[in-house]
Amino acid sequence: MLSRLLLRAAPAALRSLPPPVTVGLLQAARPLHTTQQRPAPLPPLPEKGGEVRHGLIPEEFFQFLYPKTGVTGPYMLGTGLVLYLLSKEIYVINHETVAAACILSVIIYAVKKYGPAVADFADKLNEEKVSKAVAAKNKVMESLETAIDQEKQEQWRIEGRSYLFDAKRNNIAMLLEINYRERLLMVYNEVKKRLDYQVAIQNLRRQKEQDHMIHWVEKNVIQSITPQQQKESIAKCILDLKALSKGAQAAV
Amino acid sequence: GPLSERHLMDVRLGELPAWLATRDFSPQGLLGGVQKAWSSYYNKYINVRKGGPAGISMLLAGYCLLSYGCNYQHIKQHRWRKHH
Repeated sequence: MLSRLLLRAAPAALRSLPPPVTVGLLQAARPLHTTQQRPAPLPPLPEKGGEVRHGLIPEEFFQFLYPKTGVTGPYMLGTGLVLYLLSKEIYVINHETVAAACILSVIIYAVKKYGPAVADFADKLNEEKVSKAVAAKNKVMESLETAIDQEKQEQWRIEGRSYLFDAKRNNIAMLLEINYRERLLMVYNEVKKRLDYQVAIQNLRRQKEQDHMIHWVEKNVIQSITPQQQKESIAKCILDLKALSKGAQAAV
Repeated sequence: GPLSERHLMDVRLGELPAWLATRDFSPQGLLGGVQKAWSSYYNKYINVRKGGPAGISMLLAGYCLLSYGCNYQHIKQHRWRKHH
């Protein structure tokens, strides 16, 4: 994939260079991957390998001989071959044969006895590796899915924009109303204070005039009472009192 | 299909020389052939989930045969009989 990008980008980039350099670079920029590249994901590994009989001979050989010779064909072939090699001494029996026999028997015994255990251990190791990778992949997928859900919720939240703006508009209207009423109250109070002041001044003036007049009248009256008038009024009062007392005595 | 593109197993016995003639015997060709053979063997017997003893045992058996063949001249001197 990257090589195809390179292929596309290379001519455009090379056209800008002078000709001799272009030729040299073109040789070096020849595409490296010529086979078709397989896209991901890779196909999984096969479960079991090719069938092999007795651990040495692939099953295909037996199938190849089956139509002509039946089931015992390959075995007869093997026996014949072995006898021929031994009799003609193409295979020589010497110390190496004995050594090979001992080694092979030990190996076969070990494989037959401990093979499954080792296979299980290796399988367990593989399982752990695979499960770790799968767990990582699952975690990433989960996080991506939660991200998708959160994104959808955010989109749903945006739909409630109109309600939000209505509430804000209501708030602002209320604030304006409150402000207006406060100022109205202030105006009313100020006007009332000024009017009260005027009323208080008028009251004060009238009271002062009244007091002054009364005081002036009293002063003049007292001044007009001469000493002679005073004696006459006192004598009259005494006569009245005597008359009264006589009348009271008579009543008692 | 045409002769040059068939695998060895699909070639009949009579066509074998003709098939051999179409093969590429230059160094790159031989190397490519060896690589292809090894990769097909590897992917069939070794690169599997549950392999068995078959994968390496066949390789070891082949090695044994090859080394016997290489040392045959020396081993021939240890024969038991003089005349066969």
